[in-house]
Amino acid sequence: MIEFKLPSLGADMDEGKLLEWKVAPGDAVKKGQVVAIVDTSKAAVDVEIWSEGTVVELLVAPGETIPVGTVLATLLEAGETPKTAATRTAPTPAPPRPGPVTRAGGEAVTSGRRRISPAARKHAEELGVDIASLTGTGPEGAVTLADVEQAAAAGAAKTVAAPDRSAEMRRAIAAAMSRSKREIPHYYLSEPIPMRRALDWLARANAARPVTERLLPAVLLLKAVALATREVAEMNGLYRDGIFEPAAAAHIGVAISLRQGGLSAPAIHDVGEKSLEQLMRDLTDLVRRTRAGSLRSSEMSDPTLTVTNLGEQGVAAVYGVIYPPQVALVGFGRIGEQPWAENGALTVMPVVTASLAADHRVSDGHRGALFLAAIRELLQRPEDL
Amino acid sequence: MDEGEIRAGVIATLRMIAPEIEEAAIEADAPLRDQVDLDSMDWLNVILGLHERFGIDIPEADYGRLGTLKDVVAYLAARA
Repeated sequence: MIEFKLPSLGADMDEGKLLEWKVAPGDAVKKGQVVAIVDTSKAAVDVEIWSEGTVVELLVAPGETIPVGTVLATLLEAGETPKTAATRTAPTPAPPRPGPVTRAGGEAVTSGRRRISPAARKHAEELGVDIASLTGTGPEGAVTLADVEQAAAAGAAKTVAAPDRSAEMRRAIAAAMSRSKREIPHYYLSEPIPMRRALDWLARANAARPVTERLLPAVLLLKAVALATREVAEMNGLYRDGIFEPAAAAHIGVAISLRQGGLSAPAIHDVGEKSLEQLMRDLTDLVRRTRAGSLRSSEMSDPTLTVTNLGEQGVAAVYGVIYPPQVALVGFGRIGEQPWAENGALTVMPVVTASLAADHRVSDGHRGALFLAAIRELLQRPEDL
Repeated sequence: MDEGEIRAGVIATLRMIAPEIEEAAIEADAPLRDQVDLDSMDWLNVILGLHERFGIDIPEADYGRLGTLKDVVAYLAARA
């Protein structure tokens, strides 16, 4: 028996509200399938499952707010039968259920206790729906969530005051950042990076592209950070239970500001392996979906390093706060022209200030400096990114 | 297409990225990206939206000529 639990969708999430089930008991699910939609304070997230099996029971009803780690549903593994699963997880066999009696009309009725899933029962209680009055349309006349909702909709509509989302989001961000500053001994480094070569290369590349395939400087920065983690692995990974686990791939969390205020940092996966064109498509898609409030759980839960990029409208530099359990955050300020001394001459140079916030439990300033230097050098060879 | 129609098309494009904006609140002569708070990704999406709506491919080199709403409308009017 598989227990499907509510995953953590970011350091700033302690609980979530189940909005909708995308599967029903009896459905077979595959790895990566979206099975539920859960509301965090930031977005409605499509929650994926990472095991294969058949849904047995939905334990939480839409509308319920539950803490991270709550078992949402139970599933049978491939080859498992309800009988073998039951003996494994529940040694005491349940009393035999009375079978349904089918009337001539085909309408299924049960003797004794109503057949209703715990999720539907809970939802009915919340909505004030009398279970006894319901007609079940599920297997063997079982009352389903849809039956409950239909009955509730038929009755008086209940109005619920909408929670103040921006206040909730601010609280969630504050909680995660307080935890970060309490637990992580941050150190900070910064380095001005000349961007002439990168921007000239980008301008030439974009001039030859249709508007639909234009690249932003941000994708060069993301790729450079991902490649630099191959040289300094202590920046990319997770610190959990007193141990740092370096990550094999760079899943870069991209801090994206939301138009209504607040921010979210979902991941682009395997950034080091992707072409700039692919990264641009991924970034465009991620920004659009983040702002539309439509993200997948894997994007929320598995960044291994975060990048915050203030972009053209920003200021010169940003010193970030690490998202636990990550161990580093790279910040880029606005790319702007500055006086630049090189080879005994003074010129004007487009410069971006890269900063690093890193975790002293895992690395020290020397390694951090090598990491920023690696990013700087990678950006001098944009054609290799 | 007259300037009024172009202006309406530009506003509609901006609204797709920044639904909260009000047309009356945009000063035609003040920097557009500051007023509407468009970051570089938003701006690229505006350029893409204008491309779809007007069929005009605006090269990066011309971004500097699109500072204000008035500039954008004039730029498109000269090419539409």
